[in-house]
Amino acid sequence: MARRNKLSHISIPELSLVMLIGPSGSGKSTFARKFFKSTEIVSSDACRAIVSDDENNQSASKDAFELAHYMTAKRLKNGLLTVIDATNVQHESRRDWIRLAREYHVLPIAIVLNMPEQVCTTRNAGRTDRQLKSHVVPQQLSQLKRGLRGLREEGFRQVFELRSEEDVAQLESIIRTPLYNNKKEEHGPFDIIGDVHGCYDELCTLLEKLGYSIDKEQGHLISAPQTTNDAGYTRTRRPVFVGDLVDRGPASPQVLRLVMNMVQNGQALCVPGNHDAKLLRWLNGKQVQLRHGLEATVTQLATETPEFLESVKTFLDGLISHYVLDDGKLVVAHAGLKENMQGRGSGAVREFCLYGETTGETDEFGLPVRYNWALEYKGKAMVVYGHTPVPEARWLNNTIDIDTGCVFGASLTALRYPERELVAVPALQQYAVPARPIGYNENSSLDVAQQYDGLLDIEDFTGRNILSTRYSHNVTIREENSIAALEAMSRFAINPKWLIYLPPTMSPAETSQREGLLEYPEEGFKYFREAGVSKVICEEKHMGSRAVVIVCKDEAAALRRFGIEGEGNGVVYTRTGRSFFADKALEQEFIGRVNDALQQSGFYEQFRTDWVCLDAELMPWSAKAQALLQQQYAAVGAAALQSLPAVTAALEQAVQNNVPAQALLEKYNSRMQQVTGYVAAYRQYCWPVDKLEGYRLAPFHIMATEGATYFDKDHEWHMSVISEICKADEKLLQATTSQVVDLNDAAAVASAVSWWETLTGKGGEGMVIKPYTFLSSNDKGLIQPAVKIRGKEYLRIIYGPEYDAPENLQRLRSRALASKRSLAMREFSLGLEALERFVNKEPLQSVHQCVFGILALESEPVDPRL
Amino acid sequence: MLLTITTTRYPATDLGYLLHKHPAKVQTIPFAAGDAHIFYPEATEEKCTAALLLDIDPVKLARKSGPGGNDFALEAYVNDRPYVASSFMSAAIAQAYSTAMNGRCKDKPEVVDEALPLEINLSSLPVSGGEQLLRNIFEPLGYEVSLQPAILDTQFPEWGSSRYFQVSLKNTIPLKTLLSQLYILIPVCDNNKHYFVGDHELEKLMEKGQGWLDGHPLKELITRRYLKHIGTLTQQALDILTREEGTPEEAKPAQEKVRLHDVRLQAVRDILLEHGVTAVADMGCGEGKLLRLLKDNSQFKRILGMDVSFRSLQIAAGKLKLERQPESQKDRITLIHGSLTYKDKRLSGYEAATLVEVIEHLDPPRLAALEKVVFECTRPPMVIITTVNAEYNIKYEALTAGAFRHSDHRFEWTRAEFEAWAGRIAAQFRYSVTFRPLGDYDETVGAPSQLALFKTSAS
Repeated sequence: MARRNKLSHISIPELSLVMLIGPSGSGKSTFARKFFKSTEIVSSDACRAIVSDDENNQSASKDAFELAHYMTAKRLKNGLLTVIDATNVQHESRRDWIRLAREYHVLPIAIVLNMPEQVCTTRNAGRTDRQLKSHVVPQQLSQLKRGLRGLREEGFRQVFELRSEEDVAQLESIIRTPLYNNKKEEHGPFDIIGDVHGCYDELCTLLEKLGYSIDKEQGHLISAPQTTNDAGYTRTRRPVFVGDLVDRGPASPQVLRLVMNMVQNGQALCVPGNHDAKLLRWLNGKQVQLRHGLEATVTQLATETPEFLESVKTFLDGLISHYVLDDGKLVVAHAGLKENMQGRGSGAVREFCLYGETTGETDEFGLPVRYNWALEYKGKAMVVYGHTPVPEARWLNNTIDIDTGCVFGASLTALRYPERELVAVPALQQYAVPARPIGYNENSSLDVAQQYDGLLDIEDFTGRNILSTRYSHNVTIREENSIAALEAMSRFAINPKWLIYLPPTMSPAETSQREGLLEYPEEGFKYFREAGVSKVICEEKHMGSRAVVIVCKDEAAALRRFGIEGEGNGVVYTRTGRSFFADKALEQEFIGRVNDALQQSGFYEQFRTDWVCLDAELMPWSAKAQALLQQQYAAVGAAALQSLPAVTAALEQAVQNNVPAQALLEKYNSRMQQVTGYVAAYRQYCWPVDKLEGYRLAPFHIMATEGATYFDKDHEWHMSVISEICKADEKLLQATTSQVVDLNDAAAVASAVSWWETLTGKGGEGMVIKPYTFLSSNDKGLIQPAVKIRGKEYLRIIYGPEYDAPENLQRLRSRALASKRSLAMREFSLGLEALERFVNKEPLQSVHQCVFGILALESEPVDPRL
Repeated sequence: MLLTITTTRYPATDLGYLLHKHPAKVQTIPFAAGDAHIFYPEATEEKCTAALLLDIDPVKLARKSGPGGNDFALEAYVNDRPYVASSFMSAAIAQAYSTAMNGRCKDKPEVVDEALPLEINLSSLPVSGGEQLLRNIFEPLGYEVSLQPAILDTQFPEWGSSRYFQVSLKNTIPLKTLLSQLYILIPVCDNNKHYFVGDHELEKLMEKGQGWLDGHPLKELITRRYLKHIGTLTQQALDILTREEGTPEEAKPAQEKVRLHDVRLQAVRDILLEHGVTAVADMGCGEGKLLRLLKDNSQFKRILGMDVSFRSLQIAAGKLKLERQPESQKDRITLIHGSLTYKDKRLSGYEAATLVEVIEHLDPPRLAALEKVVFECTRPPMVIITTVNAEYNIKYEALTAGAFRHSDHRFEWTRAEFEAWAGRIAAQFRYSVTFRPLGDYDETVGAPSQLALFKTSAS
């Protein structure tokens, strides 16, 4: 039955598919425009116009409908209320829309404009663009009236009928009400409690362990613990029950009494489990088999009063399938919930929340095989659920099953939110035997997340991707760069589980105008001074290759934290994610040495970790780039040193014979000098290594350890922690020399400049200037984390041996740094993001997206000399 | 960078007339990458030496060149070209000595065709192929060759010698012949050219090679190298990435018969035909050789080619003429860019998957991902995997013991290793597996390649 509305306000769910139903001329479009935003209205007339340039072209109706359907689907997918402005008077036309609403778990609402025929025909007559045949409106009205009764049965959750122009005029507003499951304004903190199943003693013990005080006899909460959040506000904690309060255990009525009291007093939240739903059906007198523990509950309830039973009935009936909490960051549902169902309302959503999904198969125990939705979960919200008992609550793609089978004799678990801490109490005894062993099919030493994490889905990496980063702007990865990265990653990179970070590229300072120089420290200082930085650190730039070093205390730590088995307890990789050492045994020996140093220096204890990620420089360069040095650098030197003496000899002879070749001779003499300088420059990078003998590692950043990143520490802190580690193995490890410079102190600046001159005068590569703090920003956003100032001689191996000849230098000075800087910034923020995600135990795919993104960015064309 | 031509034929100063350059001056002629200077270190009637000195502007050189195929991003900047005799030298010869090379001399026309005792010196000539090749190129033309190789770095003698030679050539021939031969043979030794080869290069080769190239024992090599094509179909992004740490070139042992790959592909096709497969996904299709074979058989209704190399896919698309497919054939063949270490919905829905010589290109620790992607996520009823048989390698003489057949191979398995791996896969993912050899079978070491055919119980 349609509800006739004589009121000035009607209310509809904030996410619904609103179908306007009414004949031509009933005023649907006007109505829609009055009460809804223009973007919310999908009009069949407008669609007809789009596909045929004529909104009255009935022959275009099929295409128009498809377009309307497509647009609506997109809106519903994105969680947007949508209004269908079409006559919709026939059952068949409504059916498709209802199906669509169901597909997206959105509530269908009907607003019927059942206007008198006279009103419609008058309106139609007034239109110049459309001339309807006289039978159309009466026919539509009669179709409408025939269908009116059955609208609810068709699936409409609410039906509003307006019968006259007065009805419409009287309606002032349509109020949008949030769905019951929407508790986004509730920010916690929460203690989410797994399946209790009548284990009252354990529940009370757990609540007490969490800091609650319970009147166990009366089933009342006496007091709840409080937590002070990051913003400094003190908040009272609340339990959230994931359902299955009852069945199998010894004291279901007591559990119900306590939870009901707490929920009714607003001290707790609760979502229903399948056992709770079944109990409700039994309470409602429905045919229910007394199995799977319900028989125990029914027996226990026999001694309770009818009033209590009635209150249980009301309580269970009022439970909402799931809750979306804390600005959408947390979802609690009994059996979990897929992303596309969160915050939606439909029968399917409720089913999923209660029972989860099954594959349609049954296992050897005759039980339906559960479809593990969490394996493919990529949603932003953390999902906490129960339903399936697991041996241990473990994270998988930002979801966690906290049903640790208390009633089966294991434990009752709570998840503290937002702390993400697990608190559990053991079961006092085993109250029931599970039909299927707990943890059946989980015999791998890797946990579920890590087993499946190894498999990244190509969908997340191909095409154009936009990645959000917490320290800076979104970073866009273009399709062509993704293509390049996919190939590089697949063919050359190490196991993606190790790749939790890639270092950013680094831009040089602005070009110096000093004679004979391309780079000089003063431009670097100027850059930071102008960016508003007053204190910087200058670090010696090592003559090696950039390397990321991950060291775990032992292989067990590598397995536990990285999910890596049989690949040793650490890795050294290059800035493009390739293994640094071709020889795996040598790599492990290297990792072993670093590990010893970490152990000896007490690093693991100090940082309460069993692994570390270091950003470092590994020397000598010749160890990694032997082929490049020989085939390119040495080859150029060899050719030049072979040729130039012959040239100068010929010129000298000519000059002796009075040929006017003096100028040429001078030119080639200076070329000879430049080439000699060039050969000396690359030789600085070459020294022989034998096994580990000769290798030097100079770490300069402690990137991450268990549960922590160190982007809030200044560089002096990084340097001092690293120098402690280096002391434990001074043969292999090398601390980086550095100077802190107050940019307003002219003497300090001058001293840093002269330090650079000394370093580069000895053939050193130069120095890197960084803001004193790891992360520095001004009103324009993040500032470059570092700029490099390279030495005059070193630059010969970058710009060519003769780059500093005055005629060459002049032309080389016009170099554009903007794209290099932008690249450095994007790579920097993605690198930090990757580490934050890893440290926060986000799924591999979300870490890998950032790392993949950095590799993709590396394929952007940038002048390689910068 | 320095080419000197010396003659002792009296009066040696006739060289100046032949070259059309005055012995008392320094002449400078601009050319594409800088200047060419011509001067005479010595000019007496007994002995006259003309020097052609290239003064290549390295900055200009770098700006001219785009991204190349070299595995070194700074190649354009740290470059041997300013110091060696290369195609730039040929260009300078053509520019500075064009009259002489063309056999014109208005003052002493009678000397043009005269065979003169000539000695030329190249300060540094890059030779791809070493001393032997250098001799094989010049000695058949009557040159007396003496040379001095440059070692890479005196401080690191263990690095060995470079490909650069200081070369001295003596011959008694007309100057124009000498110049023509140098013009062709300098870039041939170097096996590189600074400009793109066009149609007119063939004409130039014919013209300058007249009278000597036809009878040269290395005629074929000289022609091939002279007309060397520099690929232009490079994708910038891909290059920057792949060249950073070097992508090795294909280095198949000469003995491996070209036919072997065809044998593999035909075997795979025949298995598919025999089993009535109509929809097949070729995972790691490369340039689409198998796809082309399958395309010609109407039993295959849906064919998917997937590869990690975008460039290979582009070549495959070209060879399959996908652009010119009739409407009815359009959806029959699909090419996708993907990777076997990432799960991929697009691979689903085929009756068979083929991985022909693919697995050995993955680092062993990454195989676990491939196994899951193919046998668990995609799970086609049939999977065909082929890989080389390492035991057979001893039959390839060119292959040093323990070396792989292809430099991108990350491993090569014996039959036992392959069968153990495949057996484990079959057990783990509930497939049955059978094996067969591919190629000429040897009693001791088996066939050069091996194939595993996996089937689910349903198929």
